[in-house]
Amino acid sequence: MDAAEVKAHVRVYVLVFSALAVLTIVTVAISYIHLPTPSAIAVAMAVALVKAGLVAAFFMHLASERHIIHWVLILCLAFFAFVMFLPLGTNLGIEPLWPLSR
Amino acid sequence: MSAIDLPYQIEPHPVTGVTSGKLGIWLFLASEVMLFGSLFSSYVLLRVGSGMEFWPSGVEAGLNVPIGTFNTMVLIGSSVTMVMSWASLKMNKLGAFKGYFATTIFLGALFLVVKAFEYSDKFSHGVFPWVGWPEAGDPSTFYALYFTLTGLHALHVLLGILPNLWLLVFGVAMWETDRERFTGRIEIAGLYWHFVDLVWIFLFPVLYLL
Repeated sequence: MDAAEVKAHVRVYVLVFSALAVLTIVTVAISYIHLPTPSAIAVAMAVALVKAGLVAAFFMHLASERHIIHWVLILCLAFFAFVMFLPLGTNLGIEPLWPLSR
Repeated sequence: MSAIDLPYQIEPHPVTGVTSGKLGIWLFLASEVMLFGSLFSSYVLLRVGSGMEFWPSGVEAGLNVPIGTFNTMVLIGSSVTMVMSWASLKMNKLGAFKGYFATTIFLGALFLVVKAFEYSDKFSHGVFPWVGWPEAGDPSTFYALYFTLTGLHALHVLLGILPNLWLLVFGVAMWETDRERFTGRIEIAGLYWHFVDLVWIFLFPVLYLL
């Protein structure tokens, strides 16, 4: 990225900061509405994902990054998703693959 | 090139298209995603396993939402000053870089000071990872996770501040000898710092609001 491109990006950085600040206030405001827990989790995570996407895309320059970095992250996020959904299996009545007793 | 110089620090590698430093920091951050991912997974497992009615919200467990919100703003602010410090170097403005970078370090330190006040408040009320908040439903598990997640995150903030301080005080001398390489170092330090901010973006609602 050359100096002229960076200069054009500075305005974007300020806009992203404003968006992050507003979304933080939105998240806190929603928490005071006292939604049912599953809805509250869904809304809070959705806002957090948008905020994380803004940081990654603009501050970390993922929007204009090379594909090899994208592939590293896609692989990483696949494992991350697996790790995140693994505990939910304990609550779905799925039989264990390796029972403790025969 | 001297014997100790690593290749592709400034020009991109012909195969990957990125510098070695940038690929390296992204691979490191991928491992960090899995480190925090395993802890978030533990959080999900313990929360789902305890039953929704037994899990206290952050407020019920005694956490202070306004202070958490303030700290979130502090960290978001430090992220924008970090990216502005890198942008200043790209525009050949060393003075602006020093101002933005010093502000980033200050905001990081402010985050830790606020966190220390939060911790000391909990300790003064007899709340520890193994004790928890007396009035909450399942407090010891909640606070075990709270202290583990926020403690590990605070450690990451500290480990971001220290090299940033070195870059500001000593590393900046490289600006006179090798500008592109120094700018690359600041970009890499910035990627780490934004990741620390990104983790907090998830920690804040998970621990304080839900």
